[in-house]
Amino acid sequence: MAEMKEVGSKLMDRIVYDDDIVKKFVIATILWGAAAFLVGLLVALELAYWKANLNLPWLTFGRIRPLHTNAAIFAFGGNIIFAGVYHSTQRLLKTRLYSDTLSRIHFWGWQLIIVGALITLPLGYSQSKEYAELEWPIDVAIALVWVIFAVNFFGTIAIRRVKHLYVAIWFYIATIITIAALHIINSIEIPVSLLKSYPVYAGVQDALVQWWYGHNAVAFFLTTPFLGLMYYYVPKAANRPVYSYKLSVIHFWSLVFLYIWAGPHHLLNSALPDWAQTLGMIFSLMLWAPSWGGMINGLLTLRGAWHLLRTEPIIKFLAVAVTFYGMSTFEGPLLSIKSVNSLAHYSDWIIAHVHGGTLGWNGFLSFGIIYYLVPRLWNNKMYSHKLMNTHFWVGLLGILIYYISMWAAGITEGLMWRAVDANGRLVYPDWVEIVMRVVPLYYVRFIGGALYLTGFLLLIYNVWMTIKTAPKEETVAAVEVPLRAEDAAVGTGHRKLEALGAIFAILLFISIAVGSVIEILPTLSIYKYLPATYKTRPYTPLELAGRDVYIREGCYVCHSQMIRKLPFDVLRFGAASTIEESMYDRPFQWGSKRIGPDLARVGGKYPDMWHYRHMMNPRDITPNSIMPSYPWLANNTIDYLSLRKKLSVMKRLGVPYDDDTLANGDIYAEKDAEKIYESLLSQDPSLTEIKDKEIIALIAYLQSMGKRTISGNGQEVSKSNR
Amino acid sequence: MNIIFLTLGVSIILALIFLIAFIWAAKKGQYDDLTTPSQRMLIEDFETKKNHTKEDKVNGRDERSRQ
Repeated sequence: MAEMKEVGSKLMDRIVYDDDIVKKFVIATILWGAAAFLVGLLVALELAYWKANLNLPWLTFGRIRPLHTNAAIFAFGGNIIFAGVYHSTQRLLKTRLYSDTLSRIHFWGWQLIIVGALITLPLGYSQSKEYAELEWPIDVAIALVWVIFAVNFFGTIAIRRVKHLYVAIWFYIATIITIAALHIINSIEIPVSLLKSYPVYAGVQDALVQWWYGHNAVAFFLTTPFLGLMYYYVPKAANRPVYSYKLSVIHFWSLVFLYIWAGPHHLLNSALPDWAQTLGMIFSLMLWAPSWGGMINGLLTLRGAWHLLRTEPIIKFLAVAVTFYGMSTFEGPLLSIKSVNSLAHYSDWIIAHVHGGTLGWNGFLSFGIIYYLVPRLWNNKMYSHKLMNTHFWVGLLGILIYYISMWAAGITEGLMWRAVDANGRLVYPDWVEIVMRVVPLYYVRFIGGALYLTGFLLLIYNVWMTIKTAPKEETVAAVEVPLRAEDAAVGTGHRKLEALGAIFAILLFISIAVGSVIEILPTLSIYKYLPATYKTRPYTPLELAGRDVYIREGCYVCHSQMIRKLPFDVLRFGAASTIEESMYDRPFQWGSKRIGPDLARVGGKYPDMWHYRHMMNPRDITPNSIMPSYPWLANNTIDYLSLRKKLSVMKRLGVPYDDDTLANGDIYAEKDAEKIYESLLSQDPSLTEIKDKEIIALIAYLQSMGKRTISGNGQEVSKSNR
Repeated sequence: MNIIFLTLGVSIILALIFLIAFIWAAKKGQYDDLTTPSQRMLIEDFETKKNHTKEDKVNGRDERSRQ
């Protein structure tokens, strides 16, 4: 697109930036944002009022909470990142993007992935690894599109006209490289069928890789790219240079070096080896410094421009976003302290924490950027200044209501779970009593979310009217930019301070590689050090089939399978979980949230009939339960056909199934199912329809929990204290 | 499972090559100027072809400097 012109001097080019691709990503951000917030509102309502799922399998909480998180992070967040990166990079590097074709493949490819997620997640095709739930074909597509993005971005760096790379560009580089590494390593899985796979990692290894990924999805998808955007759009919007450029450089390097180590703070007090937990905690605490350095740098950029807060909605959004960044990054390390974590983990405090970050930091920064971009892209001033202000206040109120209600809910849960009386007994042994205490807060949270969505609808209307009333004539403007360095015969002094993109890529790679190796490598051989006296048997074919039903329905979203080494956890659920118990768990099911009780030792605790009735309608067993009913499990037939393939994949991954089981797995499963069916039938002769139905497999799986550990003499070791 | 040794092994070798490249680049004066970049990014591009006046149509104050 560059046409060389003699403009004043011979050292200028005249080019046109590709703003069409930016427009596309902005529109996509707005559309998917609406979808993500709407689904968020539905999942919030389902916790307050479970019938909101309309008794449809594809609307149950376990299936659409992953849809909400994926849509919010990768659809809304992803598209605004791409919009901002493509818009700011062209201007910072004074060049059109490397390839118009790659830009468009990137755009449409990403939207297709989102559509794929929108279809497969509600249907239950899930790997059950948080923010990495999408099945393997979509994982492959993500990797391909990400590589296209990388080529386009690094290609743009290669053809840049400004040799120095502004700090925002480094944050983009960090994002691209690290997300590629995280996504690929966490997604190494072996397909069983077109939409089913098992990860190569099992149990604690899977947990560690998953949270190494999961935490860094927050760090390198929701933090570094948005920090890059902050370092571009805050100075631009306020028309002031960043407070300290030197601080921004320090912020960048310290952040990327420290962040990669923090993952294990998601597994505190679990069966993960203590040294790994402590390492994660210490590095999380160290993150306080760079995070707050960056927050202060962002806010102080507004020095001498604070009056803009009164009149400029964009500045309001950006300033509040940076403030929330500061709050979230204060709260994060705090929650990583083991003792604080013992109170907050599995509770709604974590939900408050992530939504402070996403609604406040990511959301408000995105809204500020959208309001900055739309008038410039469509050459029209925003339709309504007043609506922008209203959006700001309604949205902020929504966040505060959300944040405060979930704080209250989380601390309530944490305190009630741990309350023990003078005789050493649980004060609230009845789980549902605690749930009932927080349900009113779930309604309050719903109101907060509804306000936030309302604000966003104002944005949609405002943007829509702005575009509608925009001038129809040609709106692209050519800009004058310096000649490329290689074209211009200048190569001394300042020009020699070349900032090569590769260098930053390299340093970053070193940082993450070192952190990763030290944390992941030792755990790979962890099962070698297990005491020989205990042995865990692999899942029977029927249990495996049931486990896949458990994964499909997203049970891990509300039920943990990790009894922490904390007295009140042991008192409530039984002996603390050990590593060997989950050594055949692909994927691991430790969970991160307890809306329902932990299930690690549920096996043998209740009769089969209890489970059947509970799954059909939990309220028949537990009045006031907020768990959905799963009547379709009594209609769907067990997938015996795929069992041999599943077993052979497991065998390939090192699970010691013998040849007989591999050859006749489906037959054994049918025999086991027959036994459970007969026992249920003997208690209730009307249950003739449930033979070979999924509920049978699920019961087999639930009854095996905590029961698969065998002692040296072949006796089952009971770890239940009830 | 061996795949992880492979990927991490490759990463470390790459990292070492990169480290050498970094030292080489740093000696070239990569970090010498920490002042002008923050100012330079604020300078707007000079538009040579336009058939509309931004000052009229873009919202807010001081528009010329923040297109």
